[in-house]
Amino acid sequence: MQRKIQAPDYHPLPSGPLPSVPVTVGCRSLVSSNCNTQCNSDRELLMADATAPQSSRSRDLDKLLLRPGHLVGPTFEPGTELRDDLQEYARILVVGAGGLGCELLKDLALSGFRNLEVIDMDRIEVSNLNRQFLFRLEDVGKPKAEVAAKRVMERVTGVNIVPHFCRIEEKELEFYTEFSIIVLGLDSIEARSYINEVVCGFLEFDNNDKAVEESMKPMVDGGTEGFKGHARVILPGITPCFECTIWLFPPQVKFPLCTLAETPRTAPHCIEYAHLMKWGEVHPGKTFDPDDPEHMQWVYLEAVKRAEAFGIPGVTYTLTQGVVKNIIPAIASTNAIISAACALETLKIASGCSKTLSNYLTYNGVEGLHTKATEFVKDNDCPVCGPGIFMELDTCLTLKMLMEQLEDHPKVLMSRVSVKYQSKTLYMQSPPELEALTQSNLSVPLFNLMDKSPKGIVHVTGLAGKGDTRQSCSKKLRVVFKGVGVGITDTDMAGGA
Amino acid sequence: MAEPKTKYDRQLRIWGEQGQAALEKASICLLNCGPTGSETLKNLVLGGIGSITVVDGSKVENGDLGNNFMVSESSLGQPKAKCVCAFLQELNDAVKAKFIEEHPVTLIETNPSFFSQFTVVIATQLVEDSMVKLDRICRDANVMVIFARSYGLTGFVRISVKEHAVIESKPDHFLDDLRLNNPWPELKKFTESVNLDIPDPVVHKHTPYILILVKMASEWAKTHGGKLPSTREEKKEFKELIKGKIIKDEDEDNYKEAIEASFKVFAPQGISSNLKRILDDTCSEVDSCSSDFWVMVAALKEFIANEGGGEAPLEGSIPDMTSTTELYINLQKLYQAKAEADFLIVEQHVRDILKKIGRDPFSISKPVIKSFCKNSRKLTVCRYKPIDEEFNSPILPEMQKYLADEEYSLAVGFYILLRAVDRYSANYNTFPGQFDGGMDEDVSRLKTTAVSLLSDLGCNGSTLTEDLINEMCRYGAAELHAVAAYVGGVASQEVIKLITRQFVPMTGTFIFNGIDHKSQLLYL
Ligand SMILES: [Zn+2]
Repeated sequence: MQRKIQAPDYHPLPSGPLPSVPVTVGCRSLVSSNCNTQCNSDRELLMADATAPQSSRSRDLDKLLLRPGHLVGPTFEPGTELRDDLQEYARILVVGAGGLGCELLKDLALSGFRNLEVIDMDRIEVSNLNRQFLFRLEDVGKPKAEVAAKRVMERVTGVNIVPHFCRIEEKELEFYTEFSIIVLGLDSIEARSYINEVVCGFLEFDNNDKAVEESMKPMVDGGTEGFKGHARVILPGITPCFECTIWLFPPQVKFPLCTLAETPRTAPHCIEYAHLMKWGEVHPGKTFDPDDPEHMQWVYLEAVKRAEAFGIPGVTYTLTQGVVKNIIPAIASTNAIISAACALETLKIASGCSKTLSNYLTYNGVEGLHTKATEFVKDNDCPVCGPGIFMELDTCLTLKMLMEQLEDHPKVLMSRVSVKYQSKTLYMQSPPELEALTQSNLSVPLFNLMDKSPKGIVHVTGLAGKGDTRQSCSKKLRVVFKGVGVGITDTDMAGGA
Repeated sequence: MAEPKTKYDRQLRIWGEQGQAALEKASICLLNCGPTGSETLKNLVLGGIGSITVVDGSKVENGDLGNNFMVSESSLGQPKAKCVCAFLQELNDAVKAKFIEEHPVTLIETNPSFFSQFTVVIATQLVEDSMVKLDRICRDANVMVIFARSYGLTGFVRISVKEHAVIESKPDHFLDDLRLNNPWPELKKFTESVNLDIPDPVVHKHTPYILILVKMASEWAKTHGGKLPSTREEKKEFKELIKGKIIKDEDEDNYKEAIEASFKVFAPQGISSNLKRILDDTCSEVDSCSSDFWVMVAALKEFIANEGGGEAPLEGSIPDMTSTTELYINLQKLYQAKAEADFLIVEQHVRDILKKIGRDPFSISKPVIKSFCKNSRKLTVCRYKPIDEEFNSPILPEMQKYLADEEYSLAVGFYILLRAVDRYSANYNTFPGQFDGGMDEDVSRLKTTAVSLLSDLGCNGSTLTEDLINEMCRYGAAELHAVAAYVGGVASQEVIKLITRQFVPMTGTFIFNGIDHKSQLLYL
């Protein structure tokens, strides 16, 4: 599905007169006569030289954006207006300014976008320089987002990149609503999950539990490890979100503590013993800092001692760093491939100039070359991107009353319920300290607990089923309060009763 | 240049210091430095390639600013090779970077010996007859070539070298070499000293699965005429036997691991068909011209036929498994000792063969032979057809198969059209759709060209869709940055594999499909 890019807040695009400058590049007859004077073996020169010197900067991109085609997105309207809209109204957020982020900023800046923002909390390290090509040795220690934005703006005139040197959680939710498309260049599952939840949280549903198109914010996500990587397109409400296919990310291997303590066999066991057990024993109250070289050196030497005691080979400083920091090997070429795929999909979603990847691309160059596009399906019951269970409630309904309702609600049937609203815990069954802390909410109307907003998403976790078959599960509730100032046109209200 | 070890840390974890040393020794020539070529080189320069020579005869113009990050406003009118080279140098001062302001075509025509100085030539955006000529030159000079091209939403990458042998192929998932189905005498003996029915629960749950499986396999063989489980029922029964050994109500991870690993007992003995193919290759009949690789293959063949009893030299490492430290370390030593013994035999074969073919018996070093032995089950040989052979007489049944296969339809369509546009440009001195206006005429000309190409290839009757021909004309030879970055990224990854001689490079022609990403490798 292709979507036309939209201005922030979905104001209709300005419909004023368009510049009528013809964008024809070069003159056919002129160029052919040029070519005829060249020797035949020089035909290659065509590729770079044949266009007239006054060729437009968007010489190559124009072919794709100004000409009609048959293998394009359904909303594709080729023309200079499309090109100008991309430049003027499309706002793209790049999350992460690391290996993928640097490439993405360059790729997007050279793909017709002019309004880019980038968010990253990290500072530049020496070990970034083998792939994060926007950084130099003298930049080490500076914020990645700021240096990356500056370097791309220096080289690509007309592009504006706003850097945000902070954590993604520090931004208000409104910050993320500003963008037409959000592109993720991250290396952590947690960060992906967070953005995914934020963006899927913008979804609104009609009375048939169908996602409302205007509320969908497309995401493009990339990831790499060594010679392998993936790129995917997430159209929340249509294609699977990150949570729908969370199984694609296998859980991290953790060693059992008894192995570390009693029967170490490998070098990583000795390293994790020093890191997870010995450190705390010797330095009570002092947090281990993986970025402090003295801490790392201490762990390394302890691991060596332990390895010698057990006759285990293979502990090195490099391995110690790798195990403790869970370092994922990374190279420039794979980042380039995956970012390019992401940038191309971003361009296609924004312009409709070609079909969109549907919806998950894997690349593996370890043994030969394997690429595959897989069409995963959305999980309709996904607690993040699914419509959730619609509930119309009275404003006077207390939290306790809601929890009682949930036990009998045919679509919920849950007991021992804990309740969350946005990032706020309304009630927790355990641990006891939290229960005590949230107990007082039980007698408060949910409406008040939800800051008197007319509608919202509430997440509940608890036990489903009866007796031995009970298992923990979580559900999403789409709550609307009766008779509170939401216009009749609101799609959510239409679904009442 | 500070702390190269820290700077390259994330890649050293992939290809190690040997791989890095190979990169730092390599010299690369890039032909044409548009975005495809520039991006390919960028990825290699960042990784610390030894030296680069950028060859391009064009000057920077406005259009280049829109698709190439290595040029900027201040470069307008200047030699493109010079500007790209300067930017690349900025990325890594350890790299020796130079440029030649010359059209690659001229160089190919007038100075073929120029190319023999390089480890790899990266040839981007060349048309067909230049590709063919360059390929011949480089094959004769034993220089590796990689062709890369971006064209609208498509493009290709193709390696060309007579033969590329890989010892350290480092595959992702490869069955470990435990010999559970064919234990050597020392392992058998070691297993005999272990009692699976030991009453001490701590010892019981710390008996490594290697010992459990070897022991149970040998017991099974005793009662089954020397055979291991092979039918589905037998395998199930064998697993049940393992399960029966678990002490009641105990959570014994080692036995669970044994059940999961029991397929290693069922695996056939001896070498894989892949390795067999390499041993049977005519190159393993060595003479004084044979490469070190094939000399070692000949030695390996001797070993497998004689001392190895049908098996390759033991790899010598074991995966982590539930065990006491002592048992695990002892097992590790047992495997290492066997691997060392196998290596010494192979080494002797290598020395003997070298002597026989009139070479210095010590001209292949011990570490090289050792690595060869350790990786002998994973050896890979890649061979690439000359370009003109693929162009003039592709494997017809393959071509027809692709043309008929839904999954391949766009990719093979692009393959034909990428060649058709070169024929087109040879005829009309321009690429279809390169300039605005006259699109209908270009479409019909390209269609005619593609049809005649298909018939020259022997695929009469096959057609390409009107939509795809139209699409190719829409592209008008555009070199889009994102496509160039993808194609260049693929090319650079392959160059790294070729230079480090680690991992297996792609074979066949990679066709990038930027429409739905159903890119394919075509073996023609
Ligand atoms: Zn979902």
